[in-house]
Amino acid sequence: MRFVDEFREPELIARTAGEIRRLADPQRRYRFMEVCGGHTHSIYRFGLKDLLPPNIELVHGPGCPVCVLPMGRIDDGLSIAEHPGVIFTAFGDMMRVPGTHGSPLEYKARGMDVRIVYSPSDALKLAQNNPERHVMFFAIGFETTAPSTALTLMRARTLGVHNFSIFCNHVTIIPAIRAILDSPDMRIDAFIGPGHVSTVIGCRPYAWIAQNEAKPIVVTGFEPLDVLQSVVMLLRQLNQRETKVENQYKRVVPWEGNRAALKAMAEVFELRPYFEWRGLGFISQSALRIRDAYAEWDAERRFSVPGVRVTDPKAAQCGEVLKGVLKPEQCKLFGRECTPEHPIGALMVSSEGSCAAYYNYEHRKTPALASLGA
Amino acid sequence: MCLAIPGKIEELLAEDRDLAVVSILGVRRKVDLGLIRDDRAVPGDWVLIHVGFAMSKISEADALDQMRMLTELGESESAMEEARGYGLDGSEELEREAATGGRPV
Repeated sequence: MRFVDEFREPELIARTAGEIRRLADPQRRYRFMEVCGGHTHSIYRFGLKDLLPPNIELVHGPGCPVCVLPMGRIDDGLSIAEHPGVIFTAFGDMMRVPGTHGSPLEYKARGMDVRIVYSPSDALKLAQNNPERHVMFFAIGFETTAPSTALTLMRARTLGVHNFSIFCNHVTIIPAIRAILDSPDMRIDAFIGPGHVSTVIGCRPYAWIAQNEAKPIVVTGFEPLDVLQSVVMLLRQLNQRETKVENQYKRVVPWEGNRAALKAMAEVFELRPYFEWRGLGFISQSALRIRDAYAEWDAERRFSVPGVRVTDPKAAQCGEVLKGVLKPEQCKLFGRECTPEHPIGALMVSSEGSCAAYYNYEHRKTPALASLGA
Repeated sequence: MCLAIPGKIEELLAEDRDLAVVSILGVRRKVDLGLIRDDRAVPGDWVLIHVGFAMSKISEADALDQMRMLTELGESESAMEEARGYGLDGSEELEREAATGGRPV
């Protein structure tokens, strides 16, 4: 339980929480989905659920780019690491994600050259400094990181660095939200919209949610007050029977998005006809691949990958948790076979995974209660 | 990776108008400004950085808020690890230059 005076601006938080209680119709149950894993993290870390009345439920969305990758794609990337002379590079978040034959870290322990980078440009630099090796970068992320990967590829071409390739697993947020709304087992009343993805794509791409699906959506920042203010704005819209896109994160998110970033993405990437997402199945036009003009830097074309579809272990309910159908603690493996120390799926490993967030902030506090509920 | 790290532009690099030396959480690193070219950022400006690329220009007040929020989120260690990790091969040179008072490469 988080007490109000533990926050930075307790009076403002208290007032906003009070406003939420005033606006929420006691006869109604609200289900708001926060799309982005960063918001899930904030919500658990700051104990924001405790500040909401019981009839407002926060549902975790699929906005964790590591979590939504099917195990087969991890295997494909790691198969490239097995080629002699290849240096496999990825963000730290990827290192403990389980593939069928182990995680990147486990591959490293078995003798393959696996390294953490904090920027795709550092993977490129590594290639420049190791001309006799081939450096592959396992690119992941929504539209937040895709522009950086794009710029890196443009730089590789300009500089003529040929011992470098990208294994592209960038996915796009709009089709994921569409899949949630199309799903028969979901009932979502409104969305707490992504923060950093929106700095790139802006607020316009969400218009169809408000107009065609008649659901309010508020692009939101990551501070406790941001999320609470967003809930106020969503409640106000619902009470007034309005449905529109609003920007609560104006200090960072421009309505029009980032033109340079969108241009870089369009130069280097195109949409795959379809891509498999853990939990959501095959979604059309939901992921990026490298254009023919940059084929030379496309790891999938330079190396042949197995491309085998690998399903999650039967007992694991990663897909349902990703969709928001199940809460992390409702998965049968949660806290038992699956923990951050020995994860069965990426949701327990990634900093944006809802299982990891729940485990680290809720489960540890009251393990006895949690196991009663599981 | 949803970590958005605030940094202050110290110097624009002469040989590449898209690269700048930025001080981030106590270390100096080269950051790519290619995504915010239109913002015409100059030394003294604050930016939000994501995987080594500046994503947007922000006010100093918002930058300080973001730093405090990273601490409250328990992410300040990860953020510092990330900042220190930028420039796998260039950072040692930067720190050496900075220590000797020389100009960064």
